[in-house]
Amino acid sequence: MMALRSLFGVGRFSFGLAILLLFQLLGSWLVSVAHAAVPGSVVGMMLLAAALHVRIVPMSLVRPTADFLVRHLALLYVPAGVAVMLYAELLREQWLAITSAALASLIAVLVVVGLTVQRLERRAAVLP
Amino acid sequence: MSALPRAVAQIQSTAIWIVVTLAIYALARWGYARTRNPLLNPALVSIAAVIGLLSVTGTPYAEYDRGGHLLSFFLGPAIVALGVPLALQLGEIWRNVRAIAAATTAGSMIGILAGVGVAAALGAPHDVVRSLAPRSVTTPIAMAIALRIGGIPALSALVAISTGVIGGVIGPTLLRSIGVTSRLATGLSLGAAAHGLGTARATEEGDVEGAASGMAMGLNGIVTALLAPAVVAILAILFGSRF
Repeated sequence: MMALRSLFGVGRFSFGLAILLLFQLLGSWLVSVAHAAVPGSVVGMMLLAAALHVRIVPMSLVRPTADFLVRHLALLYVPAGVAVMLYAELLREQWLAITSAALASLIAVLVVVGLTVQRLERRAAVLP
Repeated sequence: MSALPRAVAQIQSTAIWIVVTLAIYALARWGYARTRNPLLNPALVSIAAVIGLLSVTGTPYAEYDRGGHLLSFFLGPAIVALGVPLALQLGEIWRNVRAIAAATTAGSMIGILAGVGVAAALGAPHDVVRSLAPRSVTTPIAMAIALRIGGIPALSALVAISTGVIGGVIGPTLLRSIGVTSRLATGLSLGAAAHGLGTARATEEGDVEGAASGMAMGLNGIVTALLAPAVVAILAILFGSRF
């Protein structure tokens, strides 16, 4: 009974994965047709969100697989991140430029978004 | 070595490096769960530990990646999977559409420009400059963008994770110090600037902050994926090969 249930779980997981891969393919295809430099997977993500919203794809079909992948997202990018070891020399030469640019971008986004949204809210609160 | 033992040895090393990665990640998560220290980010710790292990054993990255790329394969479907939380948030996003549209367009644009601008001004080469464009978005999307615009995906990952960690730690204090007290503004700012790690911190601040941060993170990924290729292309036309 347990084995049967877990087999059913594997089937459901694979089916969800197949749908996710299908949307990724669809996204990649659209991107290549449009000659855009946008990642196909991101277009696939937008299409999936739209398909779920208008219920072309039922949420119950993809949710278990999607939840699982999103929960373990950090594990999935460990091997790709390990590839920084190939750029050890570049990092040694450019660490100052990289850290300065990264911190500047971080602080700029925090400050600009925080102040912009707060100002918008205040204006909306003042106007009727 | 004849063909069969060589094939067996290859399968073994593939399996070994997957098992090692899984074990290190499990340990890193356990360590993080025990200490709750944001600097002990499980992804960052795992990457450092795997690099250390590869250096000590003298294993080339290509050999490690025979196993590693089997995990990387799932990054594409995992990005598509982010459409699920996005679909669940659509109603809430629509209720705050003005603030969210402002937060994501301004945040995405500033994030790209500050990253590539400062890197180029400090003399970084073309591929490093482009690696900084997707800094503020969630790590897998940052890598996917870097791959498409001629950056180094691994460098984008490192920068995205590190600044995410720092943003989560200093974000709320920094925002209070410049007079941002609104919970919506705090959440959107953390999500737009520091993706999932900002969102984890925003959730600790409160549920309004957490929800807002999650929305800003999801949309910033999309907006930056759409904007970054165009922005770097325009900068390259205007200012030449440094971009």
